[in-house]
Amino acid sequence: MSHWLIYRTFWDLTVSGIVLGLIYALVALGYTMVYGVLRLINFAHSEIFMVGTFGVLISLTKVFGISLFDDGQYPYRSGFVLVAILVCSIIAAMVVSGAGAIVLERTAYRPLRGAGDAYGAVVLAFLTGLIASFLFSDHIMTNLAIAAVITGPVSFGYVRIFRRGRQAPRLAFLISAIGSSMAMAEAVATWGPEQRSVYTTPRVLEKKVLFNFLGADVRIDYVIVAIGAILMMTSLLLFVNRTRLGRGIRAVAQDAETARILGVNVNSVILVTFLLGGAMAGGAAMMFTLVYDQTRFNIGFLLGVKSFTAAVLGGIGNIKGALLGGIVLGLAENYGSSIFGGQWKDVIAFVVLLTVLMFRPTGILGESLGKARV
Amino acid sequence: MSLTESFRQRTTPQLQLGNRFRALPRSAKWSLSALLIAALYLTPYWPDVPVLGWIINTPGTSFENVLTDQIMMFILVALGLNVVVGFAGLLDLGYVGFYAVGAYTTAVVTSGQFTLPWIAALPLSVIMAMIAGVILGTPTLRLRGDYLAIVTLGFGEIIRITANNSNWLGGPRGISKIARPPSIGPLQFGVLNAKPYWYLGFTVILIVIFVLTRLENSRVGRAWAAVREDEDAAELMGVDTFKFKLWAFAIGAAIGGLAGSLYASKVGFINPDNFQLQLSILFLAAVVLGGTGSMYGVIMGGFLVAWIPERFRGFSTRRYFVFGVVLVLVMVFRPQGIIPRRGAAAGIAKKGESDV
Repeated sequence: MSHWLIYRTFWDLTVSGIVLGLIYALVALGYTMVYGVLRLINFAHSEIFMVGTFGVLISLTKVFGISLFDDGQYPYRSGFVLVAILVCSIIAAMVVSGAGAIVLERTAYRPLRGAGDAYGAVVLAFLTGLIASFLFSDHIMTNLAIAAVITGPVSFGYVRIFRRGRQAPRLAFLISAIGSSMAMAEAVATWGPEQRSVYTTPRVLEKKVLFNFLGADVRIDYVIVAIGAILMMTSLLLFVNRTRLGRGIRAVAQDAETARILGVNVNSVILVTFLLGGAMAGGAAMMFTLVYDQTRFNIGFLLGVKSFTAAVLGGIGNIKGALLGGIVLGLAENYGSSIFGGQWKDVIAFVVLLTVLMFRPTGILGESLGKARV
Repeated sequence: MSLTESFRQRTTPQLQLGNRFRALPRSAKWSLSALLIAALYLTPYWPDVPVLGWIINTPGTSFENVLTDQIMMFILVALGLNVVVGFAGLLDLGYVGFYAVGAYTTAVVTSGQFTLPWIAALPLSVIMAMIAGVILGTPTLRLRGDYLAIVTLGFGEIIRITANNSNWLGGPRGISKIARPPSIGPLQFGVLNAKPYWYLGFTVILIVIFVLTRLENSRVGRAWAAVREDEDAAELMGVDTFKFKLWAFAIGAAIGGLAGSLYASKVGFINPDNFQLQLSILFLAAVVLGGTGSMYGVIMGGFLVAWIPERFRGFSTRRYFVFGVVLVLVMVFRPQGIIPRRGAAAGIAKKGESDV
């Protein structure tokens, strides 16, 4: 046990804890917003984050051709090109994650709300064809061809079934979320080039120490994370509070049925919510790869659980709560693992959650977005 | 819901089968049940039956071991979790914690620090898991819905990490040489022959089914149904909701502990990796896939969740992808599960209002 360590490294722990907390917070936003409008723990959100990290990886290695192996030889030391690459890769991550979130919503959740449409039917039919094709062939190209042939007729059948328009119980959404999370992670693990091993992401940025904060080194990537996260959260808050679509989100969160009667297109509001949550997860994915330089098919799982914990800690459905919860969790984990040892890191996160819920059953800032559920 | 719609739901094939069975005379019912039970006791021999064998056999692994190490455990656990999720409507994402408590209790008292016989370890494991259920339930059952879900999820992780970090529990290496059930006559509980474990496990499953059926139709079961459908209304009608929720938690935990204890004594060796968080999620998937709240549904769900990945081992790692897609497809096309609860199918749950 090294109690003295925390005194010596307190500010170091604080700085890295806040950075970790901001990443949690960005992912937590996706959970919290979807929970706000659908009352659903979107388990597959962790995979949306994971897909985003791969978006960054592909944009850096394939589009910009930055090689993994000239470590320490940063091709772009500073200047306009470096900023452009960072901006482009964050946009790539947001696009990939946002698209993933939309496909997820249309395929795995919308049919359960009794509002399934042709897009979802086609994706589901394709997946059905794909798993059926595994019975006949091991070759991925043959699989895809068989799946493509099956997709057409099967999707017509699926659309017909969707027309019944039955609302599923809430637990069915949760299992659908779990299933799609598993399918996404396993798809990456099976067909990605490195399969189940760790991918190193190239370092575009030389991690120079910018300045000292009470003895703690503040690196440039930390500053970028902080500025980026705050910017993204502020614009999200402005969007939700000031725009027409944002008002729609708040209306659906308060009472979906009444909002529908008053002319809000609930399905498109839900789609926008998923898109926003996905984009935030994409931003988080970019920042994660910037700080930790790696990704993997299951990188989302634990981070997702922690982020959801952060969302609950701050008050689920509450955007400011996600920020607060994320930072509290990041700090608690860092301080805690310094006091009790790294192996207890995950226990600390949950003990903090339990303690807070004991005294404030709806999180630190309370439920928001919609009214608290009665 | 339109009239035709509810009519269509009422006459799903499973329900037709169920109603036809209930309409039979008593003697026919008894003999059919006896036949079914006898056939199920002989499950280890099913791979030798011509057509059935081709369907059910698991290529690459011994079906017997899949049956005892996976299917049996998943069925028991699904029955236990169904008490919490299906009967009382509480979302528990950390059920693996109770399973782990049961397994570790058996391991510690028969091989770690003490050397109690197996027959004493089994009830002790059940009691320990029950105590764990009460300890977790008392502070957390005042939380509602999804808050409960995340807290229980945390509990499952805490148990696993504690086992991983504690030398007394074997740390990451785990505990080996766990006692096996005592051999009686021809029933030799050894390493080579898994069949006796199935006879034992299936007997336990039958006992659990019997007890749970009685419970579901008792005062306690009705209280659970009331809590599940509308907690506030139940409270107003004088149901002590907290007490009955705690009961559901404790009974569910006890069955989880029982499953864990049987698992530990079958495989003879456990370590914290056997109790990953993902397992909790698979347990819940088994319950919901089969049909939340329906006893035969969750047995079916437990069987499928354990069996599908083993049956399609030829797909190698793609099988988990297949499993994920199958979960989504079943939920999209049969949201009430494969064999729905009777009340749920008839439309007792109001549209979109029910939690489970």
